[in-house]
Amino acid sequence: MSGAATSALPSAAAPLASGASRGVSRRVLPGFHLTLGYAVLYLSLIVLIPLSALVFKTFTMSWDQFWVAVSSPRVMASYRLTFGASLIAALVNLVFGLLVAWVLVRYKFPGKRIVDALVDLPFALPTAVAGISLTALLAGNGWVGQFLEPLGIKLAFTPAGIVIALIFIGLPFVVRTVQPVLEDTEKELEEAATSLGATRLQTFTKVILPSIMPALLTGFAMAFARAIGEYGSVIFIAGNMPMISEITPLIIIGKLEQYDFAGATAVALVMLVISFVLLLVINGLQGWKRRRSEASA
Amino acid sequence: MSAASRTVGRVQAGTTESAWVRRTLIGIALAFMFLFLVLPLAAVAAEALRKGFGAYLEALKEPDAWAAIRLTLLTAAIAVPLNLVFGVAAAWAIAKFEFRGKAILTTLVDLPFAVSPVVAGLIYVLVFGAQGWFGPWLQAHDIKIIFAVPGIVLATVFVTFPFIARELIPLMQAQGTDEEQAAIVLGATGWQTFWRVTLPNIKWGLLYGVILCNARAMGEFGAVSVVSGHIRGQTNTMPLHVEVLYNEYQSVAAFAVASLLAILALVTLVIKSVIEWRHEREMKAIAELPPERPTPTA
Repeated sequence: MSGAATSALPSAAAPLASGASRGVSRRVLPGFHLTLGYAVLYLSLIVLIPLSALVFKTFTMSWDQFWVAVSSPRVMASYRLTFGASLIAALVNLVFGLLVAWVLVRYKFPGKRIVDALVDLPFALPTAVAGISLTALLAGNGWVGQFLEPLGIKLAFTPAGIVIALIFIGLPFVVRTVQPVLEDTEKELEEAATSLGATRLQTFTKVILPSIMPALLTGFAMAFARAIGEYGSVIFIAGNMPMISEITPLIIIGKLEQYDFAGATAVALVMLVISFVLLLVINGLQGWKRRRSEASA
Repeated sequence: MSAASRTVGRVQAGTTESAWVRRTLIGIALAFMFLFLVLPLAAVAAEALRKGFGAYLEALKEPDAWAAIRLTLLTAAIAVPLNLVFGVAAAWAIAKFEFRGKAILTTLVDLPFAVSPVVAGLIYVLVFGAQGWFGPWLQAHDIKIIFAVPGIVLATVFVTFPFIARELIPLMQAQGTDEEQAAIVLGATGWQTFWRVTLPNIKWGLLYGVILCNARAMGEFGAVSVVSGHIRGQTNTMPLHVEVLYNEYQSVAAFAVASLLAILALVTLVIKSVIEWRHEREMKAIAELPPERPTPTA
C-alpha cells in the first residue's frame, strides 16, 4: 500500500530533521501503518479515484469539443453570474462578518451568547430549507418582499436574490475566522498607539486591521469558494433563466438531464480547477495567518 | 499631574469606542443577524403552520414524507460512522507521527469542502452510472448504485468527509504524544492506550465533529440531488422531498418537512454551543491552576 511505501523513507531521515523526541514517539506509539494506510485507502476510494474520473472523462473529448462545451455563450453567462454574485456576497460578508465578530468580541450586550451560537446557523440549516425560506421572505407577498415590491425592488427570482442566498451561506466564515484572532489581539498595542496620539479610527486602520488582515482574507476566500459551488439555496430563489439567472452548477445539472455527460464533465472540470486554486490560496492565507500569530506571540 | 491623568484617561478611551458608536455598531450587527438568520427561521415556522397545526401534522403523516425521513436517517447512520472511523485514523496518523507528504494529506482531507456539491454528485455518476466506468458490470450483475440508496450514501459520505478529521487533527496535535507514550511504556496495548488515554482526551472534539457531520449528512441537497433520481417514497431524502413538494406548490407540506430540518439545525447549534461552553470552562479551570503545574495543553 502507498501508505507503507511513503512511511519507509522518512523513518530513517526524520529523527535527524525533526528532533529526537519525534523519533522516539514513532517507535513507541503503535498503529502508524494501520491508520495511515486506512486513511489513504479511504481517501483514495471516496475522493481521489472518483475525482480522477472527471479528468479521464474529459480526455475522451477533443480539445474543440471541450472548448465549445465550456465557452458557449450560455455557459459564459453562468460564469459571470456565479463569480459576480459570489464576489459581491463575499464582500458583503467581509464587511458585516468583521462587524459581527468585532461586536461579539469587544462589546457586552444582552443575548450575546445566543447571537454567537446563531452565527453558525447557515452551517447547520440544510441549504434547501434556506432556499425556500428566503424565497418565501422575498417573494412579492412575503414578509420582506411586500415592502420592497411597491418601491420597485424585486429580489426573488433575480440575480439579486442569488446574492442574498450566497450572503446567508457565507455568513459564518468571516466571523469564525476573525473572531479568535480578534480575541488574541493585545490591548497594549492599541494603548501604545493612542498614547502616541492616534485617533481611534487610526488605531483601528493602522494597528488592528493589519493584525487581523490574514484572518479576514481567509474568511473572505472561504466564503467566496463556498458561494461558487453553492447549489441548494440558490436554485429556489434564482428563477433560473438561461443567460440571466442560471448559475454554473445548474448548467451541469441541465447537461446531465439531457444525457450530455461529456459537456457536464467539461464544465465540472472548470469548476474543479477553480476550487483547487481557491483551496491553495486559502492554504497560503492560513500559512500567513499562522506565521503572523507566531511572530506576535 | 493633571496632564498625566488626562493622558491615562485618553489612553483608556482610546482602546474602546464612545457609547453611541458602540450602540450603533451593535445595532447594525444585530439588525444584519436578524434579517439574515432569524427571519428565515421564523418564516419556516410561519409557512409550515399557515393552515394551522392540524394541516402541519397531516403533512408530516404522509407516507412519502415518512419514507424521506427514514432514508435520511439511514443515510446519516451509514455516512457518519464511516467518516468517524476515517477521522480518527487520519488524525492519529497525522497528529501523532511525522512522515513525508503529511502536509499534502492534510490538504487532501479538506478537498471535499472545496468541491461543489453538484460536482461531487457528478463524479459518482461517472464511476457508477449506466455510462460510467463500472456501469456495464453493475448492470450485468443487477446492482443499482446511481438513482438508488448506495449512490445517495456515497455522495453524502463525500460531502461530509472532512468534518470529523479536521476537528480532531488540530486537537490531537495540540495534545501531543506524552500521555500515550507513558501508557505504552507502562505496558498498555495500543487499543488500551487509545480507549483509555486518547479517547477521553478527544471525546468533546469528537462529538463536535460528529454533530456537524450529522447535520450536513441529513441536510445535503446538491450532491444527493444528482445521484438520487428523485423517485418519490424511494430515493428522496428529506431535503429532496422538500424540493418536490415545493415545486408542486404544496407549500405547507414543503415547509412542514423543512421545519423538521430546521429543528435539527437548532438542536445541532444547541449541542455545539454546550460543548463550546464546557470547553471554555475547562480552559479557564486549567488557566487558574497553581503556577507550579504546567498547562497540560502545551
